[in-house]
Amino acid sequence: MISPGKKKLKLTIRVWRQKGSNERGQFRDYLLQGISPDMSFLEMLDILNEQLLDHGEEPVAFDHDCREGICGACGVMINGQAHGPDNETTTCQLHMRRFQDGDTIVIEPWRASAFPVLRDLIVDRSPLDRIMQAGGYVSVNTGQAPDGNCLPVPRHDQESAMDGAACIGCGACVAACKNASAMLFTSAKVSQLAQLPQGQPERAQRVLNMVAQMDAEGFGSCTNTYECEAACPAGVSISHIARLNREYVKASFCSTAEPTIPMK
Amino acid sequence: MNEAMNNILNSRVPDGPLSEKWQNCKNEMKLVAPNNKRKYDIIVVGTGLAGASAAASLAEMGYNVKAFCYQDSARRAHSIAAQGGINAAKNYPNDGDSVYRLFYDTIKGGDFRARESNVYRLAEVSNNIIDQCVAQGVPFAREYGGLLANRTFGGAQVSRTFYCRGQTGQQLLLGAYSGLMRQVAAGKVQMYSRHEMLDLVVVDGVARGIVCRNMVSGEIETYAAHAVLLCTGGYGNVFYLSTNAKGCNVTAAWRCYKRGAYFANPCYTQIHPTCIPVKGDYQSKLTLMSESLRNDGRVWVPKDVNDSRLPSQIPEDDRDYYLERRYPAFGNMVPRDVASRAAKERCDAGYGVGDSGKAVYLDFKRAIEEQGEQRIREKYGNLFHMYQKITDENPYHVPMRIYPAVHYTMGGLWVDYHLQSTVPGLYVLGEANFSDHGANRLGASALMQGLADGYFVVPYTIGHHLATANLKPVSTAHPQFAAVKEDVENRVRKLLSGKGDRTVQEFHRDLGEIMWNQCGMARSQVGLESAIEKIQELRDQFWNRVYVPGVGEELNQQLEQAGRLADFLEFGELMARDALERNESCGGHFREEYQTEEGEALRDDANYAHVAAWEYTGNDSTAVRHTEPLTYDTVKMTTRSYK
Ligand SMILES: Cc1cc2nc3c(=O)[nH]c(=O)nc-3n(C[C@H](O)[C@H](O)[C@H](O)COP(=O)(O)OP(=O)(O)OC[C@H]3O[C@@H](n4cnc5c(N)ncnc54)[C@H](O)[C@@H]3O)c2cc1C
Ligand code: FES
Repeated sequence: MISPGKKKLKLTIRVWRQKGSNERGQFRDYLLQGISPDMSFLEMLDILNEQLLDHGEEPVAFDHDCREGICGACGVMINGQAHGPDNETTTCQLHMRRFQDGDTIVIEPWRASAFPVLRDLIVDRSPLDRIMQAGGYVSVNTGQAPDGNCLPVPRHDQESAMDGAACIGCGACVAACKNASAMLFTSAKVSQLAQLPQGQPERAQRVLNMVAQMDAEGFGSCTNTYECEAACPAGVSISHIARLNREYVKASFCSTAEPTIPMK
Repeated sequence: MNEAMNNILNSRVPDGPLSEKWQNCKNEMKLVAPNNKRKYDIIVVGTGLAGASAAASLAEMGYNVKAFCYQDSARRAHSIAAQGGINAAKNYPNDGDSVYRLFYDTIKGGDFRARESNVYRLAEVSNNIIDQCVAQGVPFAREYGGLLANRTFGGAQVSRTFYCRGQTGQQLLLGAYSGLMRQVAAGKVQMYSRHEMLDLVVVDGVARGIVCRNMVSGEIETYAAHAVLLCTGGYGNVFYLSTNAKGCNVTAAWRCYKRGAYFANPCYTQIHPTCIPVKGDYQSKLTLMSESLRNDGRVWVPKDVNDSRLPSQIPEDDRDYYLERRYPAFGNMVPRDVASRAAKERCDAGYGVGDSGKAVYLDFKRAIEEQGEQRIREKYGNLFHMYQKITDENPYHVPMRIYPAVHYTMGGLWVDYHLQSTVPGLYVLGEANFSDHGANRLGASALMQGLADGYFVVPYTIGHHLATANLKPVSTAHPQFAAVKEDVENRVRKLLSGKGDRTVQEFHRDLGEIMWNQCGMARSQVGLESAIEKIQELRDQFWNRVYVPGVGEELNQQLEQAGRLADFLEFGELMARDALERNESCGGHFREEYQTEEGEALRDDANYAHVAAWEYTGNDSTAVRHTEPLTYDTVKMTTRSYK
């Protein structure tokens, strides 16, 4: 309900400050007043930054773009949880009504050795692009496609493929995992394409290469602690990891495919 | 008024009947032989639907591509946010659709202010897009038999919209992105993310490169190529509040304008009727609720101005379903400009709901009664979830409150039939060009246009340029690169010298307010004239009082934003000028002086059936207005009626 009468919040924001990837970082505390519960989390950070600018200090750098929960640009650890306390919610879709007056909110960047900090809350997530480059596609050139309806796809398979395809590539799964594994991210794409007829020709090669690239990037291994699923703002389930494991075993033992990415 | 009659605007529309023009064009264009393609470098700025599809397609053909985007990954381009769907003339539902009908609906939806030949080509290639995306593994919604499903969108009486839940843009973009990543792996695309294009380099009158800022190191870098493709999206953020992503900007297009590319129809902006209303002065952006909701949602306000009851307590007889009342043929499915103006009319007359009175209801009660909550959840679950997240209200039980918001920009850099701007070698694709939507865009047609341009138009037309332009070798060592780089460095330095007392965001809000009030849903001569003055004042203030912290040689988000705002402050004036010169109402451009007694838009075909294309002359306030007449050989220009 849009209610102007709602009590404004007074908060302590403890936020990670780091000037560049080669500099040491530290936490800094800032006091914020008059925060409306209807504000989004990023609007709260906007206000913090305006306050810092008023005092001639440098604002906190953070990645964001769509502010609609779909581009995957935003994402920070909020009180130790990737994207904060709400289920299936990105940082930009989290609202301040989730916090209490007087709270201290601790904000950190994703922590993973594969994601070096660039500045404050911004990290380098390019390893995720490289996992995609290793095989997260169907090799079809523009102009080669047959009619869209020539291959029926059972609705259940399409829906399940869509569940994996919904991944927004934010990296929360890596940040939430104690091993900093990128299994949920990788499996979402492997699983999507494994369930569609279009993904069949490269099915074995794809899973071998994407897993090899994931290892080469320095992500940890999956030990089935499921933190990734709990943190995922797009609701991608660990059943995709189970499918990736099956795909990997099948490709390793029942196909002639070999990874073309050098193994670590 | 500087109305220059000229013959510069050669739109290169091919000869022949409408349905044969594209084929004729393809037959006549020169080709680059397969093994010569690797001798050509092409710069693609932007990796949204237009840029990613173009970059991947050109690399597949053998060209060397350099692709740029300001986000940390190509996959995050703003196209990702598109919800509702993409049109195509497949006629899978067997309800009478055809290429001609899609063409006609689009040109009529654009209020007869788009180029006939371009729109026809768009409809013609629409089917190939669906095939291409399916082949990439895009998980479009399907029927139980496994075949592709369709939904209805505004401005159409057939079901031709393909969709992936409420995430169609995401899935289409990930499809194009996967093709792009494949070409990166193949070594045919060099990807430069976190790079912002800040200028265009023109050598001997031909676009030959760009100047960028590396947004991590702050370095100003130059890149040379044989052609430049600008795919940098729309400029809706000139209004500050819009449904666009925060980084969307006019900078790349504006820099090209200043290097000789004409800017066409800047005043054509689309205000989307179904967005979540503004809630406070801290608001940083507005959220769209997909148009597809109007398939099942009914729009209404109370019949009595003073009715302060909760919506659930207002009986049917006391509700005014004003779209159904005014437009019985299309009802809630009228095009966006019509729906937005109707909402504004009701709110201005005092019937608006919510705290601010700037909202109307979008009600799903009847749909839930008829189809069950589960079915509605399947269709719109993620949108309802998003609405609840933002407003803390449950739309399954209380009607949504919605209000129009800036959403899309039909204007953009002028391009000919080949998508080439007035600077040879500079091609403009997607929302950044002006080409296909006239004065109003129909739902689900921007995704179609972006992918049409990138997959199926530019891969042909660029070859013709490369094969015929007789391009000399040019590298970044050419003095023109150093000169433009110096311009950019001076500009960055000037921004960083701003150590005043007001922040970039404060200025941006001020600009947004001027634009929304005077150049938004309703415009008038008096309002636009005062807007131009106010923008000029604000621009002066900006350069005197803005505070930009830090230095250039680092990741500096305030500097990025300051640069974009500086361009918006110049562009806003051109937009208001364009609106002022267009003395008619058409599509999204509504001039209060030109309306029927019933408040409908009054077009002036005798005097304004043309594209206005603005030429930069070295000064922000003296741009020259050129025109490209719009002739309709196949369709008849009619008064748009949805009654
Ligand atoms: C919320 C929302 C929902 C929508 N829903 C629909 C829908 O259902 N159906 C439909 O058809 N349309 C829809 N649209 C419209 C449609 O999404 C856009 O018009 C379209 O995606 C634009 O694509 P594009 O490739 O032209 O640009 P974008 O996707 O905006 O991409 C722009 C690219 O340019 C880059 N860029 C910009 N400036 C620079 C610079 N200076 N330097 C370097 N790179 C730069 C960006 O990094 C990005 O990669 C919607 C739009 C919004 C806002
Ligand atoms: S900003 Fe796009 S997901 Fe949060």
